[in-house]
Amino acid sequence: MAATRVRGRVWKFGDDVDTDIMAPWNAMALPWEERRASVLRIRPEFAERVQPGDVIAAGRNFGCGSSREQAPENLKLLGVAGVVAESFGRIYFRNCVAMAFPNLACPGILAACEEGDELEFDVASGEVHNATRGVTLRAQPFTADMLAIVRAGGLLEVLRQRFAASGDEPSP
Amino acid sequence: MGHTMAEKILARAGGREQALAGEYVTARIDRVMVHEAFVLCALKLLKLGIDRLFDPERVVVILDHYFPAPTEQMARGHSVARELVERFGIPHFLGHAGICHQVLTERGLARPGDLVLGSDSHSTTYGALGAAGAGIGITEMAYVLATGELWMQVPASIRFALQGSLPPGILSKDVILHLAGRFGTEVAQYRSVEFAGPVADALSLAGRMTMANMGAELGAKFACFAADAVTCDYLSRRSGERVAPFGPDPDAAYEAEHTVDVSELEPQIACPHSPGNVKPVSAVAGTPVHQAFLGSCTNARLEDLAVAAAILAGRKVHPRTRLLVTPASQEVYLAATRAGFTEVLLEAGAHITASGCGACPGGHNGVVASGEVCLSSTNRNFRGRMGSAEAEVYLGSPASVAAGAVAGEIVDPREFWRGQIGELAAAGAS
Repeated sequence: MAATRVRGRVWKFGDDVDTDIMAPWNAMALPWEERRASVLRIRPEFAERVQPGDVIAAGRNFGCGSSREQAPENLKLLGVAGVVAESFGRIYFRNCVAMAFPNLACPGILAACEEGDELEFDVASGEVHNATRGVTLRAQPFTADMLAIVRAGGLLEVLRQRFAASGDEPSP
Repeated sequence: MGHTMAEKILARAGGREQALAGEYVTARIDRVMVHEAFVLCALKLLKLGIDRLFDPERVVVILDHYFPAPTEQMARGHSVARELVERFGIPHFLGHAGICHQVLTERGLARPGDLVLGSDSHSTTYGALGAAGAGIGITEMAYVLATGELWMQVPASIRFALQGSLPPGILSKDVILHLAGRFGTEVAQYRSVEFAGPVADALSLAGRMTMANMGAELGAKFACFAADAVTCDYLSRRSGERVAPFGPDPDAAYEAEHTVDVSELEPQIACPHSPGNVKPVSAVAGTPVHQAFLGSCTNARLEDLAVAAAILAGRKVHPRTRLLVTPASQEVYLAATRAGFTEVLLEAGAHITASGCGACPGGHNGVVASGEVCLSSTNRNFRGRMGSAEAEVYLGSPASVAAGAVAGEIVDPREFWRGQIGELAAAGAS
């Protein structure tokens, strides 16, 4: 069962961080080690220094733009454990749910944390806690259906279970 | 109480009496469009042991983002795509007939009232036909291909009542850029947009497609026009079937209604690096242009090429500038050729490429270098979108792009405006 709760060190980003800057088209087909440096290249030290388990706190419209799933995929490959943003681009957000990558919309997040703070959040409760500053915010939690997808480990796992349960086992 | 287009479509697709904004439904999908992402989706399914689709008849596969293949790796991807189309028995494989949204429209494969999901964020374009079109990623697409359904929240709706009339030289692209600049790129986040009013009613289908397309740049889930006689006549001709009008109930409830008079609108330009960073052309006139690009699912239809040809006839592309034209589809390319537009464009010095997404997402066919400025008829000017992160992309109408190509700098296209060439542009309207 995939986790709904995340705790990690904060990297801060502003508004309108788009999918093209998370996954530039001309780098998309490269092997991971070659394209790693292209991820969020507006801030080159990020891809260089981000540690597994770190989290992103971002402004409005995080992930606006394309349907490319490589955007959240690249963040996961860098080891980012989750994202809390003022708001999200809708396709990016849906992709994160489908991939069981915890991303939570929480108005007020940018004012409530600084870079390097220890941030903990849970998409099931909507609670966002800044352990460094002792500040807690309450965001809209995920719906039961969204949680079921995240807890299963993603939509493909839901699909696998659905086909297994229905006995509708396709031919090998 | 009446219902919006989004509510009506999701009620039907969700198998309910009604579906109100904010509610969740499991929606049955009427039409599924997958471009090159099909390979990744199909491989995910095969890995799970799933080797058939919910209904291959409802699925359309098309190769547009990387056609013609720029690298051996992409060529291999296309080759695998063709094999997988065969294996899954998909009848609507449209090969490389052009840009996905254009080709589905031409083939009458999206209809008023349909729920259409595509693997491309500009699937909002189907809203021009009175459908609810939305983009999804490959994981959700794999799920949809296997099951034919997906969870959806019924979006609240925003109505833009477009009043007045478009002045000469002002196109629907200027209107949608104006809306993105004035209301911001998040105004319709998680919401459905309905474009209405006399200006919407008077637009050609092509003009509506431009606006529905860039509904994605307002953050919209769906961006719809009511399907009227313009839509139904077009689709009836294309599909050979009677197509009925579809729209919102007159007493539908909107979260917000914005009335916008376009009568005094200037040409609009979106400046780097956001489609919402919009200024009137006078504010950026004189900016040197290295590449002018007329292409993409936003603005490369017959009437867009007609506008460009009208401006470029008897003129030359500025020596500083290269003008790339990528027709939206093979059909558009052929019609433009028959109408004489391609000859006019070539004589002016334009380079015409094969139909497809081309330079828009920065993959091939016109990638821009560091320090260069591209004036583009496309939908997004994010940093690095068309190549170098140190390039600058400005978005404008086909008229602004053609005029900028002649002047070698951003310029008010009304100085060059001659209307559109011939009747064909209006008659084709796609």
